[in-house]
Amino acid sequence: MQLPEPVTGARILAFGGYQPDNVVTNDDLAQVMDTNDEWIRSRVGIISRRIAGPEETVTDMAVAAAGKAIAGSGVSPADIDLVIVATCSTEAPIPNASASVASRLGIHAPGAYDLNAACAGFCYGLANASDAIRAGSARNVLVIGSEKMSAWIDPEDRSTRIIFADGAGAAVVGPVENPGDEPGIGPVVWGSAGAIADRIVIKDRTSFLVQEGQSVFRWATTELHPTALSALDQAGVKVEDLAAFVPHQANLRIVEALARKIGVPRERVADDIQYAGNTSSASIPLALARMTEHGELPSGSPALLMGFGAGMCYAAQVITVP
Amino acid sequence: MALSEQEILAGLGEIVDEIAGVPADEVTPEKSFVDDLDIDSLSMVEIAVAAQDKFGVEIPDDQLKDLKTVQDVINYVHKNAS
Repeated sequence: MQLPEPVTGARILAFGGYQPDNVVTNDDLAQVMDTNDEWIRSRVGIISRRIAGPEETVTDMAVAAAGKAIAGSGVSPADIDLVIVATCSTEAPIPNASASVASRLGIHAPGAYDLNAACAGFCYGLANASDAIRAGSARNVLVIGSEKMSAWIDPEDRSTRIIFADGAGAAVVGPVENPGDEPGIGPVVWGSAGAIADRIVIKDRTSFLVQEGQSVFRWATTELHPTALSALDQAGVKVEDLAAFVPHQANLRIVEALARKIGVPRERVADDIQYAGNTSSASIPLALARMTEHGELPSGSPALLMGFGAGMCYAAQVITVP
Repeated sequence: MALSEQEILAGLGEIVDEIAGVPADEVTPEKSFVDDLDIDSLSMVEIAVAAQDKFGVEIPDDQLKDLKTVQDVINYVHKNAS
């Protein structure tokens, strides 16, 4: 028996993002429920969010985001051999989204699986992609976070309807350019807290998402920063050298509290939630796609990613901006 | 030595000032956090966490929901401080 030659490291080649056309503002929500713009902004930091159309699926959004990432990567679909879709909101249990996404993008017969680590899913997928490339199980990997959270939200529940939204973000991951080059994806630090998994729940296929906001807020703002600091330490990157901290866009107040604990100045903290809402596994790649598109992240600079949410799963790693 | 109610009130005033920007002298025992001091549920969590650091008394979420007034928190900390 033999194994392929290991590759020294993986890197992100390009990001792509997709948001549905339908913009729902805070004023729109104030028309249909007891809330207002000031109340929503002060509590969760959201100004508007995008909601998918009734016929638009997790797969559709994943295809749209991934198409942009592939176009920006210079990699041919024929050279992608693994597709991972991180999602917790697909319409149907079978078939998975990833195989259909691959087929629609012209990626021939890749390994394809969906991954449910909820809001931590993209970081988990990125870790899987990096490890697959390093071990020689895949040459190029497409990692997507795609969510239609609106399908699982009770329209009468103010606490969740103002927060959750729809969208997709994708990354094409490949090997380092030359053997021995520095890796562009650092070691993942991940974990879960299943004992408190009842804090964010969709009970069954006919139920809506229910979360204990105070409890989740306390967990996210008091328990998670050591994971982020450990990811920096393991990657050998100093917090002051970060071009950006891109955490899951759960709630702007969680994002800002986490950043303070880690020691990242506010101007380097992603705040994509303002115009995207909380899109679960899509929020990190969606933020990265927008920030790179707008030239906010210098190519070659390090960024710290951190996903966390239902499960309660969490993961952090440092990446090099493509 | 156990903290006096006055000491807890003073400490709580500092916490509320820092987290919610409400001047400490407005934090008086009869005030309701939500109705009088305009403090929302997430800020209440931050106050509970800060109170834990300051007074060494854990205030879990299921207890926190019953602490409506400043006096409620004073009583809780006073009763549970070791």
